[in-house]
Amino acid sequence: MSLRVSDLKVYYKTLKGQVKALDGVSFEVGDREILGLAGESGCGKTTLGKSLIRMDGRMRHIGGTVELDGEEMPIGDDRRMNAFRFHEVSLIPQYSMSALNPTRKIGKMVAELLHSRGVALDAGKLRGRLDAVGLPHEVLDRYPIELSGGMKQRVVMVVSTLLDPSLLIADEITSALDVSTQKAVAGALAAFRDDGLVKSMIFVTHDLSLTYQIADTIMVMYAGKLAEKAPAKEIVEAPRHPYTRLLINSLPEVGVRYADRKLTGIAGSPPSLLNPPKGCRFRDRCPLAFAQCEQEPPVVEVAPNHSVACWKA
Amino acid sequence: MRRYFGRKLLVYGLTFFVAVTINWMVPRFMPGDPVSSMVARTGASNPAAAETMRVYYTGLFGLDQPIWQQYFNFWATLFQGDFGISIWAFPTPVSEIILGAVPYTLALMIPAILLSWVVGNWFGAYAARRKALDNAVLPIGYILTAMPYMWLAVLLAWGLGVVAGLFPVAGGYSFSTRPNWSWDFFLDLLHHWTLPFASLFLAALGGWAIGMRNMIIYELESDYSNYLSALGAPQRLIRRYAFRNAVLPQITGLALQLGVLVAGALVTEIVFSYPGLGSLILKAIQNQDFFLLQGTFLFIVLGVLIANFIIDIVYVVVDPRTRAGMAGAQA
Ligand SMILES: Nc1ncnc2c1ncn2[C@@H]1O[C@H](COP(=O)(O)OP(=O)(O)O)[C@@H](O)[C@H]1O
Ligand code: SF4
Ligand SMILES: [Mg+2]
Repeated sequence: MSLRVSDLKVYYKTLKGQVKALDGVSFEVGDREILGLAGESGCGKTTLGKSLIRMDGRMRHIGGTVELDGEEMPIGDDRRMNAFRFHEVSLIPQYSMSALNPTRKIGKMVAELLHSRGVALDAGKLRGRLDAVGLPHEVLDRYPIELSGGMKQRVVMVVSTLLDPSLLIADEITSALDVSTQKAVAGALAAFRDDGLVKSMIFVTHDLSLTYQIADTIMVMYAGKLAEKAPAKEIVEAPRHPYTRLLINSLPEVGVRYADRKLTGIAGSPPSLLNPPKGCRFRDRCPLAFAQCEQEPPVVEVAPNHSVACWKA
Repeated sequence: MRRYFGRKLLVYGLTFFVAVTINWMVPRFMPGDPVSSMVARTGASNPAAAETMRVYYTGLFGLDQPIWQQYFNFWATLFQGDFGISIWAFPTPVSEIILGAVPYTLALMIPAILLSWVVGNWFGAYAARRKALDNAVLPIGYILTAMPYMWLAVLLAWGLGVVAGLFPVAGGYSFSTRPNWSWDFFLDLLHHWTLPFASLFLAALGGWAIGMRNMIIYELESDYSNYLSALGAPQRLIRRYAFRNAVLPQITGLALQLGVLVAGALVTEIVFSYPGLGSLILKAIQNQDFFLLQGTFLFIVLGVLIANFIIDIVYVVVDPRTRAGMAGAQA
């Protein structure tokens, strides 16, 4: 088992109180597995991704544990967490277009980054990785501003995976791209896994149909909690949670994606996590809600590798 | 690259041309007879002296010649470094007076601007995101920038000059000495230079420090810093990048400062009776010395343009984005 997250709670400290953005989430990601993380905006996907590599100043690790390859990661301890970053856990951020220092040539920046982490630069390996994503070696001699958006994205992908991390987190990295580039990027990510550059991956997106193309398993989150997790095919063909069903019904047809389609299919919006509702957090939008839903539904394994948190599942 | 500088030079050339033309137009299109009013204003009691001046100025303006001829003559004399003759210090040439004042202004302003820039940026960069230091640098910086410059200058003159008696508060050198190339005179110059320098240095210091601090914090919160942090890069590297990127807008700020160098000197030189270009402008206005004002003005325009051109070059060297922009413009 590559990654094991148990009852993880991460809150944001705000002036109004704690935002319970991640409120007791447990799941596992196996070796060579790509986990697709889905859910509407505001469900806690980014919070989960950041918790696994670097929490920002407002995030607090309230409880739960994260184990990577059998070793517990001190996610709440910024200092000690550094040993894991880049080497064991790495990130392709949402903001790839602006992730590179504008005043450094890319090759120099990579060299300085590696040097600062005490790693010798393996020029041959770096060039091989550029070849793999179809970038000319000259990009090393360029400033970020001289590259197109797609090239910057691929540079970031190469940099992030240079040390062959065990876990790679990719957060909404395709949102800003056009459909054909999205496919190419998703393909490159799958190749990273197939070639053994990364052991496992969490691919975050609010776009279920794109997740379906590359993920082995899909986990749907709602309001800081796990709603449903199952093999990709199963979750799309036989969803059990009412929320998942609505998400899938709102898609035109799985595998086909219309450029700017938003998830407009579900009435209402996720609750504020400052004071999340008691019981099932999906209750006020759920067409199947009934009396028992005032109690929080536990996560139950309804079939092998298929977990759902719903009284009606 | 060539085209970029070509374009810049063209803009600067045009600016200079317009400035000179306006300078030429003002006395000619002023209502009344500039020559007689100027001569009258000097209050030359001796009719012979007044007549000498009158003849000289009429000839200089060349009012009897066609207007285009006057204009070309103006440019011709300009290129010979001839700005005319001062009324206030008749018959000293304006160029001579200006050249005498320039070293004082430069010796005051350039160290003050450069040192406050270097020290301020260093302080600001160092304090950013370092709690204890930041809590000290920020309020001190705000006090220094918020305080009207006049107060600061007067406070220094009064505290260190009048009360403590450590430094003289007026003049570029002691009245009892004449400028000469001796060690004593140099020390005397330095002694007189200290207070006006300190006032300029302190006034600019706070602004640079606060600006740099804010820029660094902005850079530390930018995406590339977050990415590096996520990959576990040490603060040292991230701060180094942040500093380099934060310094770029500060260079623009420095350029602007150098550009208006003489304007900054004006108040200082008046408060401390320092014999630079600023004092000269004041004297020219008080004495309605049109040629002196005109000459000083042209000299300042030239200085501003040269300073800006130098900064353009520096910018191209330090910021790859300008270079990339130029490449884009050529493609
Ligand atoms: N810096 C923050 N301060 C307070 N609340 C936050 C902050 N960032 C995110 N949140 C809240 O945490 C919840 C989860 O956000 P996020 O993880 O960004 O969701 P997603 O990535 O699924 O869109 C949301 O309710 C959001 O409002
Ligand atoms: S527990 Fe109840 S409210 Fe929640 S999803 Fe299931 S049926 Fe709907
Ligand atoms: Mg997000």
